[in-house]
Amino acid sequence: MHGREKTKEGSSLVPGCTSMEEKPGQPAPEETPSNAPPGTVGRELFGYVGIEAVLDQMRIKTMKTGFEFNIMVVGQSGLGKSTMVNTLFKSKVSRKPTGPGYEERIPQTMQLQSVTHVIVEKGVKMKLTVTDTPGFGDQINNENCWDPIVKYIKEQYEKYLREEILISRKRKIPDTRVHSCVYFVPPTGHWLRPLDLEFMRRLSKIVNVVPVIAKADTLTLEERAEFKQRIQEDLKAHGINVYPQEDLDDDSDDRLLNKKIRDKIPFAVVGADTEHQVNGKRVLGRRTKWGIIEVENPAHCEFPLLRDLLIRSHLQDLKDVTHNVHYESYRVQRLNESNQLAPSPAAGLLGKHEMESNL
Amino acid sequence: MAAAEIARQVGESCRTVPLSGHVGFDSLPDQLVNKSVNHGFCFNILCVGETGLGKSTLMDTLFNTKFEGEPASHSQPGVQLKSSTYDLQESNVNLKLTIVGTVGFGDQINKEDSYKPIVEFIDAQFEAYLQEELKIKRVLHNFHDARIHACLYFIAPTGHSLKSLDLVTMKKLDSKVNIIPIIAKSDAISKSELTKFKIKITSELVSNGVQIYQFPTDDESVAEINGTMNAHLPFAVIGSTEELKIGNKMMKARQYPWGTVQVENEAHCDFVKLREMLIRVNMEDLREQTHTRHYELYRRCKLEEMGFKDTDPDSKPFSLQETYEAKRNEFLGELQKKEEEMRQMFVQRVKEKEAELKEAEKELHEKFDRLKKLHQDEKKKLEDKKKSLDDEVNAFKQRKTAAELLQSQAQQAGGSQTLKREKERKNSGFL
Repeated sequence: MHGREKTKEGSSLVPGCTSMEEKPGQPAPEETPSNAPPGTVGRELFGYVGIEAVLDQMRIKTMKTGFEFNIMVVGQSGLGKSTMVNTLFKSKVSRKPTGPGYEERIPQTMQLQSVTHVIVEKGVKMKLTVTDTPGFGDQINNENCWDPIVKYIKEQYEKYLREEILISRKRKIPDTRVHSCVYFVPPTGHWLRPLDLEFMRRLSKIVNVVPVIAKADTLTLEERAEFKQRIQEDLKAHGINVYPQEDLDDDSDDRLLNKKIRDKIPFAVVGADTEHQVNGKRVLGRRTKWGIIEVENPAHCEFPLLRDLLIRSHLQDLKDVTHNVHYESYRVQRLNESNQLAPSPAAGLLGKHEMESNL
Repeated sequence: MAAAEIARQVGESCRTVPLSGHVGFDSLPDQLVNKSVNHGFCFNILCVGETGLGKSTLMDTLFNTKFEGEPASHSQPGVQLKSSTYDLQESNVNLKLTIVGTVGFGDQINKEDSYKPIVEFIDAQFEAYLQEELKIKRVLHNFHDARIHACLYFIAPTGHSLKSLDLVTMKKLDSKVNIIPIIAKSDAISKSELTKFKIKITSELVSNGVQIYQFPTDDESVAEINGTMNAHLPFAVIGSTEELKIGNKMMKARQYPWGTVQVENEAHCDFVKLREMLIRVNMEDLREQTHTRHYELYRRCKLEEMGFKDTDPDSKPFSLQETYEAKRNEFLGELQKKEEEMRQMFVQRVKEKEAELKEAEKELHEKFDRLKKLHQDEKKKLEDKKKSLDDEVNAFKQRKTAAELLQSQAQQAGGSQTLKREKERKNSGFL
């Protein structure tokens, strides 16, 4: 491991010289000011200690335990949700209705279907759960069609909460909470429909919502830009906070990065899982009479951006926001509710504690 | 309206799906590590050992820096724990290190209660974390975790066996914290004595059922090194912050007339092994064990003590509401009882006070009456006296006017004879 292979450098100090922070590999010690917060005493290290080996330890540990990721795709049928998921994870995680003889019937009631798979890449194991929502927004009267989804999301939080409250808890609580919800907006080119607005408004409060423009190959680049602009204005006008949420930016680096992303939301994506030959390379794309749309070409569509956001750069952040923000607010709400009927273990324990300590 | 049916097609048969291209989530561990780096790490070490065994020096040597603090005196009345927090930074890793030392351990004449402050301190840290976790509005990811991750137990280099104080303390601590026993000031023991000493210590620990921290051997990359290190426990260490020139390098060492002991020489002492194990290989595991084993055990015991159960005697899971309802009623009942008691007491006190006050009032009234009577008597006496005096004055006045009248008559009617006669009469009248 790279931590242990470093030689222990004896500090070549001149006695009397105290503020040293030696980086391994750098022969000349540098003087750096310590910016310790008030209250704790900052200490400069005189030589290499090996604290940074903890990063490697952590890496090994997480590779061993594996990761869990739960994604939900919502949108009307025919917008290419299952194809998108398959393209994202480069495998057939979502079984979509294809093949001759299969009649695509719009289900009378909306059902949520969850499928779990394990995918491994370079030693990293990930348990991926994709929740699909066929039948969303397909009825004539779509009032309250978001209710089953909201109920499902809250059920996962409830499950986690119950596990967390147990006296003898499992070492690793299974995490079935939805980490991100990808909402597919039909490419009308005009504005967001009332259904979209209503849905996103309700859901952005309990889960990370990532809106995307589906089947974007029907829009030209200018139409795309206009559509996006209007959608962004709509979202802002209605106060809908999609991921990445503005008020959760920690520092200026984050803010810059997230601002770039926020300018591009919603991503205009195209999904494809068949490969074609382009310039001698095999690429994923859709072949039409007038050309081949390459899915992974940033000039053609914004699928790479979506993939990078969801997987390569912000996956851990999605999980953290779900755990630290959405789950916590659900927990607060739930514990306050049960307070009206009976005290929660929190209030009960704290209250009893105070009683005992006062008497 | 639209009824929902949630169909879950998760099986125990979670099949592994092959990938047909590079997805990119192999950067997940890196994402996680970056987040942790931004967040910072914290590590808390507890050093338990008698005064003068070199605990502070060893900490200085381990972390290659000079922590402040003067050596403690030997005349402490009881064991106290002194904790200090430092911010260390190495390349891009920020470590918040808390070092807790025992002051006065083993110095008292009666050492029966020496372990208690230590156990209480460890429990207090767990309690703080538990309280935060149970709060309704909690901030767990920004909470300063003060739970002790590793306890370095310093054994005095007698060369024979463990002291009974050591055994008792370690037994009390082994279920609460990861104990790593080390032999301090091991330059006082020769090599042959050292091997015998180590064997004796390990056998004593085993025979007394003390569970010390074993380095994990389940992960292949560290299994080998951890396995060999486990055999070297307890580590015999020497601490020194002085640098001496040996050969052409500056090294940490201790100089004696008969030779120089180098701290970082593996042939001289096990300091390097300790540093490897504690910091470079197992820091994360120590933190994880503390959280998943020791803290969970504490939490379970604490919650059960408070009466919360997961399942009732019929092993049917208690619903949360039922438990809370029961707890609440119990709690309210207790409250009411206490309220009654207090009210009774209060009423009692009020009555007593009232009676007292009434008594006092009565007394005062009596006094008042008495005094008034006295006053009246006095007044009467004085009035009588005044009256008699007045009478006398009046009588005198009358006689005076009568005398004057006669005198004037006598002067008018006769000469001095009448006057003489009047005088005689007056005199006889007076006599």
